[in-house]
Amino acid sequence: MTALPRQRPLRRLRRAYFGSVWSAALTLFSLAVIGGIGWWLLDWAFLQATFDPNGTRETCALNEGACWSVIAARWRVILFGIYPFEEQWRPALACIVVAVVIFLSCLPSMWSFRRLSAVWTLGTALFYTLMRGGVFGLTFVNEQQWGGLPLTLFIFVATGIIGMPLAIALALMRRSELPVISKLSGLFIDTVRSLPLLSILFTFAIVLPFVLPGFLIGEKLYRVVVGAALFFAVYQAEIIRGGFQGVPRGQEEAAKALGLTYWQRMFRVILPQAFRLALPATINQFVIAFMETTLVVVVGFVELLSAGNTAYTTGEWKFAYAEVLVFVAAIYFVFVFGLSRYGAYLEARMSAGQSRD
Amino acid sequence: MRTPALWHSRRFRAALIQTAFAGTLVLVVVLATLTAQRNLSEMGLTSGFGFLWKSTGWEMNFTLLPTDSTSPYWWFLLMGLMNTLFMGAIGLTGATALGLAVGLMRSGRNPAARFLGTIYIEIFRNIPLIVQLFFWYALANALPPPREALTFGGALISSRGIYLPTLALSQAVTTAVFLALLAGTAFALWVSFSRRFQRMEQPTRRRLTLAPPLLALFATTLIVVTSHAPGTPWLSHPVAEGLRINGGLRLQPEVYTLAIAITTFGAAYVGEIVRGGFKAVGRGQTEAAQALGLSPWQQFSRIRMPLAFRAMLPILINQYVWLIKATTLGIAVGFSEFFMVIASSINHSGQTLEFIAILMGGFLAINLTLAAVLNRLNRAIALKGHQTGGAA
Repeated sequence: MTALPRQRPLRRLRRAYFGSVWSAALTLFSLAVIGGIGWWLLDWAFLQATFDPNGTRETCALNEGACWSVIAARWRVILFGIYPFEEQWRPALACIVVAVVIFLSCLPSMWSFRRLSAVWTLGTALFYTLMRGGVFGLTFVNEQQWGGLPLTLFIFVATGIIGMPLAIALALMRRSELPVISKLSGLFIDTVRSLPLLSILFTFAIVLPFVLPGFLIGEKLYRVVVGAALFFAVYQAEIIRGGFQGVPRGQEEAAKALGLTYWQRMFRVILPQAFRLALPATINQFVIAFMETTLVVVVGFVELLSAGNTAYTTGEWKFAYAEVLVFVAAIYFVFVFGLSRYGAYLEARMSAGQSRD
Repeated sequence: MRTPALWHSRRFRAALIQTAFAGTLVLVVVLATLTAQRNLSEMGLTSGFGFLWKSTGWEMNFTLLPTDSTSPYWWFLLMGLMNTLFMGAIGLTGATALGLAVGLMRSGRNPAARFLGTIYIEIFRNIPLIVQLFFWYALANALPPPREALTFGGALISSRGIYLPTLALSQAVTTAVFLALLAGTAFALWVSFSRRFQRMEQPTRRRLTLAPPLLALFATTLIVVTSHAPGTPWLSHPVAEGLRINGGLRLQPEVYTLAIAITTFGAAYVGEIVRGGFKAVGRGQTEAAQALGLSPWQQFSRIRMPLAFRAMLPILINQYVWLIKATTLGIAVGFSEFFMVIASSINHSGQTLEFIAILMGGFLAINLTLAAVLNRLNRAIALKGHQTGGAA
């Protein structure tokens, strides 16, 4: 038996990078772009930057690079917005609570209904107590003053909590055998999906007080969260519908033959399988929901991005827009990248044992 | 007590549930309308669409056709809609072109190109679009003021915009020229790609393809020459005069930052979709092409690219619909597209419900049209017998 000749590593590398004229040109171009931009970024962000935590405009003007002193001077405004200064340990703690809850929900060992609901109820209660206060000797802080990272996390988590059951309800309604219900919910889903999220947030924030009776109007924050949850729910309903289409028809027929009622069929046979199939797209939808929490800046909330904007446009830091925006972008990047890596891990875990060509 | 026999009938129960459902919906809608009417009459506003013919009293900062503060509301709404479509067209084209390049780099064999593609996609996909938009807008505002504008070729770059040298045409003539060229190109593309003309002989077909663009070019030159007033210069150069720059074609910061942001963000998503499309092409196809002795370019252009295109088109359609909706972010930088016109109109006139209805109707129309056209394209190019039609 002859073995394939082993190529020397150098020859393999050369063939991969410089195999043909086009390949060589592409390699040189890519290396030039990566090297050039990478070096310029490194130079600006680290080599020529000012890291002095007490720096001012004058100290930063001495070096040509980034002025990271603005982060040291303004990080409280960026992260917590207009929350009262002395109480800012509370939103910090609340962010940690949310992060722990999300982390726990991601562990496969925690995936039972009882454990998940316990973790989330406890987490929500802790979050509310910390942010709103009014009990246990904590001073009361109105929702209007919530801002920065806790507000972003709150909107994201509330969108998920409210939107997920709504999505399941909408998906089941669309799948119903009763034509009125399925057609109306189909129409509703397609209509809301065609609208931009900004218009829905705007409608809920500004138009809804007109058409609702007084007792339903509530705080603007909760209206906006319901709007975002509705938008999330219609997209998620379509994803679940895609999952339904992947479940073999025999499953439902066997469940019917066994005499299971509609709810037993749905919640014990069909939905678990549909969810498993729809899991990658669901994680993707969560990632998009997190990125879209930034849109509430248009309806007047001081979440992370607009808190960052406030930080550099006021005071003497007007020139440091790039540093603040890079800091805010880095925070978003960490969350979003983490979520999508987790989605990739879930996908790999699910397809272990399935053959791929 | 025995339950009545009617209750055991499945049809009766189904009819009852559906009537109850529809009835509740109708009740909610009626209640909402009544509350709205009561609130509006308390505020002294009339409902109805008569205000559309009143003049607005405020200005839009970017329009494709001449507009001023005496134009009626319906003209403003139309201009906003045109701005959305304009920005959407630029964003879609740029995102597709750049995304195609990035996706091809990522699915190629060159590790350096793959690395560059991966870095680009990971950076631009994981940062929200509005953050990227604010970043570009902050950069655009940090450009020097008009008095110290940078020069590049004949162009002037300042914080009030990028001014390019251009032909001295009025706005209406520019739009007419653009529409003529667009019609010519669209017709040429249709003839060259449509199946209807496949049975024509090559010389006739080539003539039919080339005729409309040439006609359009001829018409444009005619329009430009006839509308040129004698004695005025042909070209308009931007010149810095005092605090302002006069002349030239002005690219406002809102316009080009939104275009750049949508292009770069969209390209990251389109790049992933392109990569997915190429992954969906079976390995057997590529290996068979290699075994047949096709050159790498032939393998790519005749086997991999057509199959990948058909695989990625349904997902691309979703992405395009999303990108058009992303133009609403123009409100964050002050670009007067459809949503911003509606929001400003609500602020100025108070006719909230009518404008929201127009907003929803407008976006529904845009998205349904786009989805219908692209789905038709999807069905037309599907390989008969091998692929399902790709129902959404």
